[in-house]
Amino acid sequence: MTSRETRAGRPHRRPTVLGVLGELLITAGVLVLLFLGWQIWWNNLVLAGQQTNAAAQQSQKWIDDAVKAPKPTPDTSTAQVDPPVMAKPAPYQPFAVIYVPRLGPDWKRTIRQTVDVERVLNSYTAGVGHYIDTQLPGQVGNFAVAGHDSGWGNTFIDLSKLRIGDRIYVQTADGWYTYTFRNFEYVQPSAVQVLLPVPRQPQATPTERLMTITTCNPPFHAGERLIAYNVFQSFAPPQDVPSEIAAAVGQGG
Amino acid sequence: MYGALWRVLPGPVWLRIILLLVLVAVVLFALVTWVFPWVDSLLGPQEGTVGP
Repeated sequence: MTSRETRAGRPHRRPTVLGVLGELLITAGVLVLLFLGWQIWWNNLVLAGQQTNAAAQQSQKWIDDAVKAPKPTPDTSTAQVDPPVMAKPAPYQPFAVIYVPRLGPDWKRTIRQTVDVERVLNSYTAGVGHYIDTQLPGQVGNFAVAGHDSGWGNTFIDLSKLRIGDRIYVQTADGWYTYTFRNFEYVQPSAVQVLLPVPRQPQATPTERLMTITTCNPPFHAGERLIAYNVFQSFAPPQDVPSEIAAAVGQGG
Repeated sequence: MYGALWRVLPGPVWLRIILLLVLVAVVLFALVTWVFPWVDSLLGPQEGTVGP
C-alpha cells in the first residue's frame, strides 16, 4: 500500500463494492439525462435542419425543372378549372413539399408516401407522411398527412397555433396547391374517420377538396391526436411561387 | 472505478486531464451516433397518425 500511495502522490482507498455500485448508478443517471437531452433537444435540431434542407432542395428542383421545360399552363382565366391531380405515388416516394408560414418563416417538409414511422416520419429527409389510401393534392376528397409534433424534428409542434384562414402550401412537380386552415378537432388515436373523403361522414359523397393534418397531442405525449382541416383554395403552376413563401423557397434550415 | 481509471492513465496531471477529455468525447460520439438512436428505436414510437 505504501508504494502505491507514494506513486499516486496521496493516499487512496481500495474500491469497495458499494463504491463501485454507487459510481455505476451515477453513471447510469448521467446517461439517462444525456439521452433525454439528445432526444428532446439535440436530435430535434439535427433532424429539423436536415429535413428542412431536403425539402428546400426538392422544392427548388421542381421549380428549376419547370423553368427549363415549362408545361402547358392550364387556363386559369376561368375560376372553374380543376387543378391537376398526380398519379398515386409509390410507397416512400417523396411527392410533395409542404409550407406552413404559421409554423415559422422557413418551415418546410417533404411529404412522402405512407405514414411509416421509421422510413417517413422519423426520416432525415422527410418528416411528413401521406396516408396512402386518402386522396392526393387537389383531388376532390381528403388529402390526409401525418407528422410528429414533438421529437424527430418537432414537425408539427406549433400546429395548434394555426389561425382560421392561414395558408398551407403544397408543392408538387405539377405546381402549387394553396389550402386555407378551417378548423381543429381533438380526437382519440383510433379516430380514423377524420381521414374519410368527407371526414366523419362515411356515407357522404365528397364535393370539396380537403386537406387533413394529423399529429400528436399534447406535445411530448401521444394520448390524443390533433387534427387540422384545410380547404383547397387555388392552384398555380410551378414557376409561380406564392408570394407569401417566395423568400422561404429553396432556403435550407 | 473512476479512481482506478485515473491511476491507470499515464503521465502528469495535465496529460491525464487531456486523455480523460478525449475519452469523454469518444464516449459521447459513440452514444449520439449509435447508442441513442438504437435506444430510441426500442422505445415505443410516438406516432402522429390515427389508426385502428
